[in-house]
Amino acid sequence: MTEGDGFTAPLSKTETVRPAARATPTNPDGSLISARGLVKTFGQLRAVDGIDFSVAKGEAFGLLGPNGAGKSTAMRMVASVSKRTEGELSILGMDPSLRGPDIRAHLGVVPQEDNLDTEISVRENLIVYGRYFGLPFPYLRRKAEELIDFAQLKEKAREKVDNLSGGMKRRLTIARALVNEPDILLLDEPTTGLDPQARHVLWDRLFRLKEAGVTLVITTHYMDEAEQLCDRLIVMDHGRIMAEGSPASLIRDHSSREVVELRFGSERNAAAAAALSAGGLLGEGDRVEVLPDRLLVYTEDGEGTLARVIAAGHSPLTSLVRRSSLEDVFLRLTGRSLVE
Amino acid sequence: MTAGGSKARGGTATVARSAAELLGPRRSARSLLFGAWYVTEHQLVIMRSYLTTILMGSVLNPVMYLFAIGVGIGSFVDSNAGGAGVGGVSYLVFVGPALLASTALTVAFEESAFPVMAGFKWQKVFFAMNATPVSGGQIATGMLLAMGLRVTFTVAAFWAFLAAFGAAPASTSFLAVPAALLGGMAFGAIIVAFASGIEDDEGWFTILQRLIIAPMFLFSGTFFPLESLPLGVRWIGWISPLWHSTQLGRIATYGLAEPPALLASHLLYLGALLALGLLVSFRNFERRLAA
Repeated sequence: MTEGDGFTAPLSKTETVRPAARATPTNPDGSLISARGLVKTFGQLRAVDGIDFSVAKGEAFGLLGPNGAGKSTAMRMVASVSKRTEGELSILGMDPSLRGPDIRAHLGVVPQEDNLDTEISVRENLIVYGRYFGLPFPYLRRKAEELIDFAQLKEKAREKVDNLSGGMKRRLTIARALVNEPDILLLDEPTTGLDPQARHVLWDRLFRLKEAGVTLVITTHYMDEAEQLCDRLIVMDHGRIMAEGSPASLIRDHSSREVVELRFGSERNAAAAAALSAGGLLGEGDRVEVLPDRLLVYTEDGEGTLARVIAAGHSPLTSLVRRSSLEDVFLRLTGRSLVE
Repeated sequence: MTAGGSKARGGTATVARSAAELLGPRRSARSLLFGAWYVTEHQLVIMRSYLTTILMGSVLNPVMYLFAIGVGIGSFVDSNAGGAGVGGVSYLVFVGPALLASTALTVAFEESAFPVMAGFKWQKVFFAMNATPVSGGQIATGMLLAMGLRVTFTVAAFWAFLAAFGAAPASTSFLAVPAALLGGMAFGAIIVAFASGIEDDEGWFTILQRLIIAPMFLFSGTFFPLESLPLGVRWIGWISPLWHSTQLGRIATYGLAEPPALLASHLLYLGALLALGLLVSFRNFERRLAA
């Protein structure tokens, strides 16, 4: 490898993303996306109800929340296709209501539902899509090969999209979103509906993009996805922001260090919770949450708490000590589970 | 400096350029100009994947119709007409331009109703196109343009068969191709407007085919002159794009004598339908994609 070509990371060797090769336009405050009091209503429904956030260059930013929280609606406004009802939104220094096409030229969009052209081949999908950005064929032929490599679809390049598995289609949709070398990649529920193995393959691909410095905006209702991929995220519910921060800081601020999960059987969970709280078994600041199928004891010392519970004569059917997750943060903030 | 260890393509002395470099400072500029054509290009790539059936249809369809209707029914009609034919020409010559115009409408329907439903509902590709700088209006225009190309191809092939069968005697007969195209585009634009306005198929296209398209073929002066129908149902022909494009075709292929005002009204009516279809399609596309 010559000194001058500057290819070091595995990804930039294939030239899929070259963040340093160009200047990204920014908002006056230096951010790429800035929303203030953003609102979207559909009739009586306030799908997005006054949210503020901003996304910096190179950041992996997440919108975490259950289905119907308003994440996808917010995403469609950022994608500059759906117009906001109220508030301020500035993307790359432009107003999407006025300059939608100009902003979209800089974006890569991975929608919640794959909208590939299933009648044509994998390669044709990439080339045809690149044409919409006005890119010439020689560039696209080269780019398509790189992206097929990146999406690990080399054997399928000539196949019709119809013949691809769900995970392959998802990877192709992500590859397609990269065809114009976007400044921001928007991913709406990127792994919903995929089996665990396909999800991990996809996470690996997204992690490589993150490493290569691509700005990512991800909506998800999977807390593990948010924890793995996002530097910073907002937790949304009913169109509003419940909390904001890095996954670690959100857990630190809104949950205990550890969680003990106890199952006493559906009939006995509530009674056991009362007994635990009354029995002086919990440390200061510890708290018990009753779910239909189990108890969650939020505590700083999981093993110690579990030992005290068992020593006091309680006999759960199963027990598990784990670290707090974003799922616990969401439960704490809303009283509900993320995945329902 | 780049010579030694660099890759094979380094030898061409052109470093591969990034998208940003290729697109210039205003990155949406080319899409704003050529967006509709990119949509058309995409449709042509799709059509290439079923080129064989397009070709087969374009050849077998006219041969079948011209033989069965023109020659089969034609010899029966002509022998009963005592040599006068229909309107002074043989039945084959009379019915040829009507079959041409009908083919244009059929193809226009196929290339508008289903691709538009697929774009919004089945595959949702229009939403993918709209995530690029390309607008809803450009998508509608590109779809109609692709439909127009497909119709032109099919109609031109059909016309060649008409000429070969001796069913297009006038020197102006090639003008039947643009006439049929205009009819197809006008009808197709209305179908695109309709298809982009409904959320679900729910059997609408079947209804359309049975209650609108089939009667249109029967009451548009296709197989017999519109004047043979009672006045009470003749209006079906007047509002049908098929009658207008058929009459235009007859003027072109065998010099059917019509007053200039009527000729102008055929053109104006089809033009108005096309404009209306475009207008409503634009509105529907923009509205649905921005929802």
